[in-house]
Amino acid sequence: MIDFLVHEQGDSVGTIVVEGVKAGATLTGWVMEQDQTITLKTLSDIPIGHKIALQELGDGATVIKYGVDIGRTIAPIKKGGYLHVHNVKTKRW
Amino acid sequence: MIGKDTSILGYRRENGRVGVRNHVIVLPVDDISNAAAEAVANNIKGTQALPHPYGRLQFGADLELHFRTLIGTGANPNVAAVVVIGIEEGWTKLIVDGIAKTGKPVLGYSIEGHGDHETIRRASQGARELVQWASEKQREPCSLSELWVSTKCGESDTTSGCGSNPTVGNAFDKLYAAGCTLVFGETTELTGGEHLVAARCRTPAVKQQFMDMFNRYQEVINRHKTSDLSDSQPTKGNIAGGLTTIEEKALGNIQKIGKQCIVDGVLDKAETPTGPGLWFMDSSSAAAEMVTLCAASGYVAHFFPTGQGNIIGNPILPVIKICSNPKTVRTMSEHVDVDTSGLLQRQMNMDQAGDKLLECLVRTANGRLTAAEALGHREFVLTRLYESA
Repeated sequence: MIDFLVHEQGDSVGTIVVEGVKAGATLTGWVMEQDQTITLKTLSDIPIGHKIALQELGDGATVIKYGVDIGRTIAPIKKGGYLHVHNVKTKRW
Repeated sequence: MIGKDTSILGYRRENGRVGVRNHVIVLPVDDISNAAAEAVANNIKGTQALPHPYGRLQFGADLELHFRTLIGTGANPNVAAVVVIGIEEGWTKLIVDGIAKTGKPVLGYSIEGHGDHETIRRASQGARELVQWASEKQREPCSLSELWVSTKCGESDTTSGCGSNPTVGNAFDKLYAAGCTLVFGETTELTGGEHLVAARCRTPAVKQQFMDMFNRYQEVINRHKTSDLSDSQPTKGNIAGGLTTIEEKALGNIQKIGKQCIVDGVLDKAETPTGPGLWFMDSSSAAAEMVTLCAASGYVAHFFPTGQGNIIGNPILPVIKICSNPKTVRTMSEHVDVDTSGLLQRQMNMDQAGDKLLECLVRTANGRLTAAEALGHREFVLTRLYESA
């Protein structure tokens, strides 16, 4: 069972692809580009489609997905933490 | 294996183009002619009216776009014949003459000096003759390469970027190799990934045209924005589905153009491409607006990947929905034509997903109704550039 997907190695986030992920669970992730499997403990309940931090991110850090910049953090995020609009914003508009 | 040797059963139109539907449409030139158009479509079974809210006091580029969209809709090879109804003769004739260049039958009626009753009577007579004529048209074998296929995604979520959008990308790579005519657009939804699209342009001139279109649209956003556009772009639905920023949404969006397609040229809104290949159309990212523009450009089938479950259809363009979100596939199954949720669990690979979509394209082209067609989704939404005079 794959719990989250990572587009490529070096991305700071993974995408949850199953329903009902609860805080404390150990999740299995698939790094698609490199076809590797990783495991990670989640610190939060995370809905399907939402993101988990694969590494510790400080305030103002750049978030990488698809190997590309997708925005900046506006609060520190722990490894395994829930990452969304409450702690990440666009750099564009 | 679906490829350049695959044949489909389509309708060969007078100008040589291939359509996959055989619609007879009643097209109002303007908002106040909707009532007559709808009355005619009600009278004559097998026709459909395409009501819309515009067409009066528009001017300049906005008026040109209005004309181009209506003429393009009537000229689309999925349309066998057209009845045009407008309030006055001048613009009605302009639309009729524009559509008639394809060689298909088109009749025009104006209401002033006649009233609704007389116009509806005369137009119903004409519509009946056209629909009976069209009903004798037969499908014939045509090459897959003659299909013009458009794409635009909607109510995207993070599963779009790893599932349904790259499925379209895989299918687009194969259709591109087969010599099809393809299009993508959604100018503002490339924000954060515009450099990746620019790097895929065929020539420096195409790249410059693309960047000019991109930068112009960014200026529109910057001029009118009152926030970082959160809830509009990404939409509330996108955010509910886990997309956080426009950059993340854009990178998922761009998966639709695959890994091998080259951007061969750019199109203005509702402009007709001049040859096969992949085209970029400067367009809104709002689903019904963009799909309406694709139909007006002459595209005959549409790939619409969704995550959270956009339900859009179009009056003349079959819209094929692709979804990789297992929750959406479960809760909104009647809207999903191609379920690619297996991608997320490695139960299928991208090549298999792309082939599954192409198989659905061939069946749709041969006449199978899409979910949106069966459900009666006929969203016809004209793009406006600015206020009326």
